[in-house]
Amino acid sequence: MNELSKLSATQVAQPLAAVPALPSLPSLLQGWRTVFVQEMRIAFRRPGHTLAALMFFVMVVSLFPLGVGPEPALLRRMAAGVVWVAALLACMLSLSRLFADDWQDGTLESLLLAAYPLPLLVLAKLAAHWCSSVLLLVLISPVLALQFDLSASATGVLFVSLLLGTPVLSLVGAIGAALTVGLRGAGMLMSLLTLPLLVPVLIFGAGAVDAHQADLGAGAHFSVLCALLLLALVAAPAVVAAALRIAVE
Amino acid sequence: MNSIFYFAAPQRFYPLAGRLIPGLWLAAALLGVFGLYLGLVRAPVDAQQGQAYRIIFVHVPAAWMSMLIYLAMAGWAGVGLVFNSRLASMMACALAPTGAIMTFLALWTGALWGKPTWGTWWVWDARLTSELVLLFLYVGFMALHGAIEDVRRADRAAGLLALVGVVNVPIIYFSVKWWNTLHQGASISPSGVSMATPMLVGMLVMTLAFWAYCIAAALMRVRFIILAREQHTGWVQKTLEAP
Repeated sequence: MNELSKLSATQVAQPLAAVPALPSLPSLLQGWRTVFVQEMRIAFRRPGHTLAALMFFVMVVSLFPLGVGPEPALLRRMAAGVVWVAALLACMLSLSRLFADDWQDGTLESLLLAAYPLPLLVLAKLAAHWCSSVLLLVLISPVLALQFDLSASATGVLFVSLLLGTPVLSLVGAIGAALTVGLRGAGMLMSLLTLPLLVPVLIFGAGAVDAHQADLGAGAHFSVLCALLLLALVAAPAVVAAALRIAVE
Repeated sequence: MNSIFYFAAPQRFYPLAGRLIPGLWLAAALLGVFGLYLGLVRAPVDAQQGQAYRIIFVHVPAAWMSMLIYLAMAGWAGVGLVFNSRLASMMACALAPTGAIMTFLALWTGALWGKPTWGTWWVWDARLTSELVLLFLYVGFMALHGAIEDVRRADRAAGLLALVGVVNVPIIYFSVKWWNTLHQGASISPSGVSMATPMLVGMLVMTLAFWAYCIAAALMRVRFIILAREQHTGWVQKTLEAP
């Protein structure tokens, strides 16, 4: 946080009457990188939280064959849906603390006061969260697909669909996390707010594997996932920033 | 334009809403009775669906209102966010339960109709799913508002959520066009109406009745919200003391 507060201090020193000019592009990248590196460092120094989400993901996926019975044909049919739903829940679980610690120790306020556009810093935080927590889920998904007897090509489609879809989960989930920051029972409430908005991602993510298995090709589903990703990438950071300002004011 | 700002003060809106409510209830009751008479007695039996189709006289207006109320709620929430207007946020709050009831009614009557016609209570069709998501969005709006103690923060946070949820409304509306699934397409469209005139008239009268009911219910609720939030002010105490 030190580097960031230094940056905002220089900005405050300028006369208040002058409209602060937008920082130049290299400086914007610098601000983005500062937050990203700091968040990654925190994630690696406290790996427990990250690994808990991963273990939750693996366990939920492994519970399904025990619940519905181990017939390979049935498992092959439902593999994509199970992995996707578990990824959705694990993502919600790990996102629920996204802003909570920062809110408690005041880091969030210094992010809000920094001389950089808040959506940019939010994007850096989300990128770090995705790289440190969610990417692990995506990387381990082929192993879980083996448990469900998925073919190699279907596993590849599942992997790509998760790779395209999980950033949307992080981006949209962050809206819920920002709206509920500091509330009692925030985790539960956040899932209640966010899961309805994530239904399309689930449908097209799991649908990609179904379409592949039905020999229809997963291209259309990938295109829709890419579209959702671009939309979320443009819109979500601004909404998260607005929600954080509401929460902290 | 001035009168809009004049009535933006809760203190002035409260008596205006009180004057409008009896007329709206009367309109809802009369139109409802007349619409049901047209729909259940006068409209002919459908050639394919028999008597079961008559549920559309409740189902279609409820489904329309469910989407429309969401748009109205998000609109008021947006006005509340942009202009920092208390009454607009209160209107958004007052519309949410009515919208949720309409969504539930649309889903429930749809299930009742689906059983004899499709042979199942529920299918995971695009329109049904997106309507269910709409119900979740209403519930989320109310849950978030209820979870935040500071009312102004609750208004703003729930308002932002309502605006984000607007993306779902066009998905519901166009779902039968985009995905060619089990739910039938629209019977009323700019290019023409594919139903008998008595059916159409009955449905439109019922829609007007639903409009009147929804506005009356929302205005009653907003009056209670105004009283609850302004209870510390002098005019509320005077109003409550008056017989």
